[in-house]
Amino acid sequence: MTAAILSIRGLAKRFGANVVSGNIDLDLVTNEVHAVIGPNGAGKTTLINQVIGELTPDAGTIYFDGRDITALPVYQRSLLGLSRSYQITSVFPGFTALENVSIAAQGHDGHSFGVWHPAAREETLTAASLASLQQVGLAEKAYCLASELAHGERRQLELAMALVSKSKVLLLDEPMAGMGRRESESMVQLLSMLKGQYTMLLIEHDMDAVFALADRISVLVYGKIIATGSPSEIRNSPEVRKAYLGESYASA
Amino acid sequence: MTWSLFFVQALNGLQYGVLLFLLAAGLTLVFGIMNFVNLAHGSFYMLGAYLGAAVYSASGSFVLAGVAAVTGALVIGVAIERTTLIAFYARDHLYQVLATVGLILFFNEIARILWGSSAIYMRAPQAFTGAISLMGILYPSYRFLVIAVGLAVAVGLYVLIHHTRIGMLTRAGATNLRLVSVLGINIRLLNTALFGLGAALAGLAGLMAAPILAVQPGMGDNIIVTVLLVIVVGGIGSIRGAFFGALIVGLVDTIGRVYLPILLSHLTERDSADAAGSALASMLIYLFMAVVLAVRPQGLFPMPR
Amino acid sequence: MLLFPESISPRSPRFIAVAALLVVLAIVPPIAANAGGPFYVTLALRILVFALAAASLNLLLGYAGLVSFGHALYLGIGAYVVAILSFHGVTNGWLHLGVALALSAIIAFLTGLVCLRTSGIAFIMITLAFAQMFFFLATSLKYYGGDDGLAVARRSDFEPLFSIQSNTGLYYVTVVVLVATLYLSWRLVHSRLGRVLRGASSNVRRMEALGFPVLRYRLAAYVMAGCVCGFAGLLLGNLARFASPAYMAWTVSGDLIVMIILGGVATIVGPLIGAIVYVILETIIAAYTQHWMVVLGPIILLVALFAKRGIYGSFLAWERRIDFAR
Repeated sequence: MTAAILSIRGLAKRFGANVVSGNIDLDLVTNEVHAVIGPNGAGKTTLINQVIGELTPDAGTIYFDGRDITALPVYQRSLLGLSRSYQITSVFPGFTALENVSIAAQGHDGHSFGVWHPAAREETLTAASLASLQQVGLAEKAYCLASELAHGERRQLELAMALVSKSKVLLLDEPMAGMGRRESESMVQLLSMLKGQYTMLLIEHDMDAVFALADRISVLVYGKIIATGSPSEIRNSPEVRKAYLGESYASA
Repeated sequence: MTWSLFFVQALNGLQYGVLLFLLAAGLTLVFGIMNFVNLAHGSFYMLGAYLGAAVYSASGSFVLAGVAAVTGALVIGVAIERTTLIAFYARDHLYQVLATVGLILFFNEIARILWGSSAIYMRAPQAFTGAISLMGILYPSYRFLVIAVGLAVAVGLYVLIHHTRIGMLTRAGATNLRLVSVLGINIRLLNTALFGLGAALAGLAGLMAAPILAVQPGMGDNIIVTVLLVIVVGGIGSIRGAFFGALIVGLVDTIGRVYLPILLSHLTERDSADAAGSALASMLIYLFMAVVLAVRPQGLFPMPR
Repeated sequence: MLLFPESISPRSPRFIAVAALLVVLAIVPPIAANAGGPFYVTLALRILVFALAAASLNLLLGYAGLVSFGHALYLGIGAYVVAILSFHGVTNGWLHLGVALALSAIIAFLTGLVCLRTSGIAFIMITLAFAQMFFFLATSLKYYGGDDGLAVARRSDFEPLFSIQSNTGLYYVTVVVLVATLYLSWRLVHSRLGRVLRGASSNVRRMEALGFPVLRYRLAAYVMAGCVCGFAGLLLGNLARFASPAYMAWTVSGDLIVMIILGGVATIVGPLIGAIVYVILETIIAAYTQHWMVVLGPIILLVALFAKRGIYGSFLAWERRIDFAR
């Protein structure tokens, strides 16, 4: 049994009377793709927000690479190797695609108190950024403003930003949100190329993508994990069917 | 340090606090719903004072002056909101602040043109020129009237916010504006009504303050910063925060100004103690604000969002 | 050319405009001497000092998205340092400068620690409140003039290196400081720190998730901006030979913001253009009526309503358009 690189124990969060996370236990094994699925409002994004540190849990502990990170601020978790993408695209619209990725690379490349040298002329940052853009298939649009990119391209850019910093764990919040069929298929292809090199916690609604990519799946319903297992175990689980009663598996 | 001095100063602090509340309530209501900060609120305060003073000296009736101050401020407030401020609701806070600065300069100069640069002094109404006796201590009855009026307004606002339909809409709008507008409520009208109410309260504050402070152009400029401080300390958007924040700031400022110099001159025997004391006293509420924000950045009674 | 943080062709309109501006700045004193004397040099000096203050604020407001409404505080600090030290017989300019910068840095650091934990309207209000605090502090310093302010006994002494005892001397020193500030700001905006500030202006949450402790970088910028404005205050105190609490009134902070928006937010040269236009406008209107505020107030309102890119910003946009057309 390979060690878990990310361990969540007893994570709990409520907003008033609404239990958003109810005593969640989850393990992420190194280099696995672990998908988290569940009906809307189940608390999936809130889970990621707590893992990255943007939201403070009411109770519970998060272990990353052996250490307790529950009290660490967001930027320190990022520097330890935890990175995330956002469900609502959060690229920087006033910068080019290349600059966006370069900023992401800069975050993990020492301090940013430099006030004299133009960052755009830093060879290492630029090279690493172009490589990441190449990896996600966005190399041609490197010099386009992020605000001018199509929605799918911006999702790709989000992924490139998560990749460039050589993170150990990627928390991907619905990377295919708002994408059409062809764009989704490219994204799935891209993610499957990265499979095995990165550990991924993948939140997705697109079931085709989930079953194509996931090594293991956890099902989150009303803030509680009701099942964890291999794709076939989950597909055949009666509890999961019950939770999804009325919902179809067909992707968008 | 006698008890009677402390008691009198505490009442003064209460009176100042109540005045701050009248101003803070309107400001925080509008901010809570429309996310719009109106620095020109101090101009309604000033205009209320001028209109009230003018009507009082013409008619001799304080009640009439009160009506003039409140309705005058209300009318001007609504007019400004409908014609000018409405263009800024969708803009960044930066431009909103800038626009209201322009308005402040404009109104101050209008006051200067109409009534001159020198201060106007207004007397308290006949019935309240004396002092009343509270527990053996004499206190100016006019200041006591101010406290009473302020607390009455606070109670009235509480009833309005928690027991009327408008109040419910206000509370709902402060937490989720889009939802309220989707329900078919005319948000613009609601906001104009609230803005008008705020302006009216500011005008009332101006009139009540007139016999105590001097009426002059720019009298709103400095008090508005204190009001902003009250809102920040109390919690932006929260009426309860405005109330308690105002009282606390009023008490801290008044008592601090009186006792800090005394305290310092007890600790050191030098002349500079008095100067240092008054310097420190003028900084006191800002230091207080800094401490509150360091511990609780969202304010003491923040709106749940 | 490695002197410029971004590539600019010497034939581009931008380059020509800025070069022309620099030439004009350089020849004001001799022209003023011919045209009508010291008034114009004093006016130009006022413009430049405010341009310097506005430029320092632009770093925060334009590039970092931090709307500080209490920046005029540092003008007051610089002026009072000169006046108070001079009052006590200390006239060494370098000492004046050192103390002004150090004091500005300390105050910016301490107030920044509190302000920068908030955002949006709370940030605006708190910066305003802190400036007001120092305004009241200055008025309560009865020993140093209180409400009436304090005259500067003797201007800062920078001899034998250079002298600012005459307005012409002060003028050229101010020009050098302003141009240096604009150049260094230009470099900073394109540097690593500049990127962090601009990114955070757009999306703080994202920057933190990318590994940047944003507060730290913003505090650094806040301190730098405060120091430059403190320098402007020192120059102002020398120019007016006077330090007054009025320098720290929040209306002055408002003036700085108007200059920035009028000239062009988030442009390097914008604050200078804005200062030139605003001060000249104010001077002309004041010459016609003592109630010039009645006109200026609505003008500020109109600027807030209509000036999206500002004068220089619109010029840059036009330049980009003709570039595309080629």
